[in-house]
Amino acid sequence: MSSEKQTNPEIRMETLGLTVTYNKTVQGVKGVSMPMYNNKVTAFIGPSGCGKTTFLRSLNRMHDLLPEAEVEGKALLDGEDIYDPRIDPVVIRRKIGMVFQKPTPFPTRSIYDNVAAGLQLVGIKKKDVLDGVVERALRDAALWDEVKDRLRSPGGSLSGGQQQRLSIARALAVEPEVILMDEPTSSLDPMSTTKIEELIQELKKQVTIVIVTHNMQQAQRVSDYTAFFYVGELVEFSPTSVLFNNPTEERTKEYLQGAFS
Amino acid sequence: MADIPVTLSRAQQITPARYRAPGDLVFKIIILVLSSVVIALAFAMAIILWYEARPTFQAFGFLSFLTETTWDPVAAVHGTWPFIMGTLITSFGALLLSLLPALGVAIFVSEYAPKWVANIINYTVDLLAAIPSVVVGLWGVFIFAPFMRDTFYMPIYLWAVENAPWLEPILGAPSSYNLATATIILALMIVPYTVALSRDAIRLVPREQKEAAWALGATRWEVMRVAVLPYARSGIVAGVLLSLARALGETMAVAMLIGNRNRMPFSLFGPAATMPSVIINEFREAVETLHYTSLMAVGFYLFILTIGINLIASYVQRKLTQQRKSP
Amino acid sequence: MNLQLRYARDRVMLIGIVGLTLLVVVPLFLIIGYVIVNGIGGLNWNFFTQELGSPSRAMLGRPTGLVAAIVGTIIIDLIALAFALPFGIASGIMMSEYPEHPFTPVSRIMVSTLNGMPAVLMGLMAYALVVKNTGGFSALAGSVALAFVMTPIIARSTESVLRITPWSLREVGLSLGLPRWKVTLSLVLPAARPGIVTGVLIAFARAAGEAAPLMLTSFGNNFLTFNVRSPMDTLPQRLYSLAISPYKEWHAMGWGGAIILLLFVMITFFVGRVVVDRMEKRALGLQAMDKPKKN
Repeated sequence: MSSEKQTNPEIRMETLGLTVTYNKTVQGVKGVSMPMYNNKVTAFIGPSGCGKTTFLRSLNRMHDLLPEAEVEGKALLDGEDIYDPRIDPVVIRRKIGMVFQKPTPFPTRSIYDNVAAGLQLVGIKKKDVLDGVVERALRDAALWDEVKDRLRSPGGSLSGGQQQRLSIARALAVEPEVILMDEPTSSLDPMSTTKIEELIQELKKQVTIVIVTHNMQQAQRVSDYTAFFYVGELVEFSPTSVLFNNPTEERTKEYLQGAFS
Repeated sequence: MADIPVTLSRAQQITPARYRAPGDLVFKIIILVLSSVVIALAFAMAIILWYEARPTFQAFGFLSFLTETTWDPVAAVHGTWPFIMGTLITSFGALLLSLLPALGVAIFVSEYAPKWVANIINYTVDLLAAIPSVVVGLWGVFIFAPFMRDTFYMPIYLWAVENAPWLEPILGAPSSYNLATATIILALMIVPYTVALSRDAIRLVPREQKEAAWALGATRWEVMRVAVLPYARSGIVAGVLLSLARALGETMAVAMLIGNRNRMPFSLFGPAATMPSVIINEFREAVETLHYTSLMAVGFYLFILTIGINLIASYVQRKLTQQRKSP
Repeated sequence: MNLQLRYARDRVMLIGIVGLTLLVVVPLFLIIGYVIVNGIGGLNWNFFTQELGSPSRAMLGRPTGLVAAIVGTIIIDLIALAFALPFGIASGIMMSEYPEHPFTPVSRIMVSTLNGMPAVLMGLMAYALVVKNTGGFSALAGSVALAFVMTPIIARSTESVLRITPWSLREVGLSLGLPRWKVTLSLVLPAARPGIVTGVLIAFARAAGEAAPLMLTSFGNNFLTFNVRSPMDTLPQRLYSLAISPYKEWHAMGWGGAIILLLFVMITFFVGRVVVDRMEKRALGLQAMDKPKKN
């Protein structure tokens, strides 16, 4: 359970030859090795079906839920392999939060209980503790001012953008070390998208963020590092400005020029 | 079921009278006439039952027949209250007994079991719904009822006589066929419906909801508790109400096992009667007009009760699904 | 520590859920097992060829059987099917092929209302309509009552089967210049036939197991008859009388009759399941073709 940092504090997560196989035949992700730096935003880009979402989901063992998916290789969090058989995925997922494409508030729970859900799971019931955490998480997710007067109304009553920030607040409430975001703005309008992007800039001060996006401008706007995936392989990983302005790989260049979509 | 709107809109696109062949009209009229007979049938049911029951309503009054507690064909006094009570007690009792097991099965097959196990259980439960009521009744009469009486009711009753005399009037002296047995068998017979409907409700829970819970570090049961069950709640409630409507009308097994006693108060281990059971047991011997019309009147109330529960169920279903979609 | 507690709860819930599942599944096998064990001995030549007669016949050891009930069930159920088929199928076509017609929503509500109605009420209605007007209990009245039971089931299953046949099929027919009724009769119905037949079979099996409506209409008869205007015996209603009778010999015969009924229902069930599963798989494939491809 100890999260003593033994390795270079710069690197929060790191994968070593990570491969995801479906039905023992189809390789969704092929031997990807890359670091994710502490308090930085790392973006995954690539055409749809390139394995970027599959790779992201392997970072907090979401593939455990699909019997047909198999993961090989290592994914290190603070130097510890999260796929080590002694590691419990339930514990890992608390350290690595996740935000999905569609906002996923629990519709029957109140806004308050949505944010507190992760804490209530581990049996924290004290009202003052919960109150504090809920307020902090909602503030961090830039949602507090909009909902502070109606914390008891159901999570489903918010607008799409608010729902997505609620989902982020819920992930933040358990104080994760890393947050994985799977195209968090793909179902939102431009205004909400801008808000979420600003939020990401704020959040990276506390957590490490990994974001999948199909929007290259978004990757440029929010990320410090960018990884380009193509048919399951990691083609190029560089600081964002380098990757977009001066890519080393031919395929990256072609993709950025819109050769394949 | 979910694709109704698609069908509608597409059909409306292709309907316009571009293909107005004479054959179309003839065919449409045939279909229309035949299907309106079915519509008429539903209306006829209400009218016929009411018409046949009219002398009873005239003799006793519509409401006093409802609340009258005596049912004595010989004295020509008829009241339907005991049967309504019997029906409600057995149905709600069966619902309570079956709810938890049904939910357990529905959760197990849709979220826990590997696919092949789930398939076997689904087949088995659906098959349970297909077994004719009389066959269940036959098994109940020869095997289940004697077993329950000797193993449970007798010892419990004897214990109560010695140690808790205040329980005696609630329990009643165990008879061969009784309220408790009929309720348990009824629970067994409605379980497949509750399972099928809650299974459907649980299946409609979006994968994202479950994954959101997993991503918070929930254990498997916690995913059920936090994401799956709350989301499926409305569907489950509607399913339970529909199962209740089934229970109200279940006839043969109950008629065979409930012991048929027309007089209140009912006790748990003593005989009782329900609306369908009194119809089945007395209809063939109902020679006096008033007896016959009173049985029809019982049928009329059963009709109203069933319609009522069905309406509430579909209302709940519609209302709760709308709530889900609106935000 | 806390995590161990959560896992303990997780395990307890799993055990509970599996236990509840067994609680539901086990009685089914108990019922089937008891029926087979107790009934198999009674199934002999006499069972299928002899009339029941009076109770003394069984008590004196003279040959008795359920031939009257078996034959009666077949006659009454087939006539009922003949009554129910045109109305059921037509309602199904109405609801699926004429969704724009103002009658359709009414149809749908009424069919689902009838579907939820207890069968015993169908018996009361058939009694008032047929028995009262023809002067006595008769097989024909029984057929009418069972037709009431079958019709809404057939209507609903026909509708849902027609609905999963792809719309592209109709569009193809119309684009070829076929009139709508021809498209329905020569393209849509044939494509949906296995599913419709299955729905009919399921409705038939459901009705074949119903005792309540028959007790109020065809009444029962200890002797074999082919006269549909007289009372006639049927298996479900006979099972009831045998079970509540005080004669041991009749009880044994009841178990035998239960096997026949159960066997019939189970065979229909499995045949229906196989066909429906196949239809659904095919429909899924066709619907995938139906939709315009994304990207």
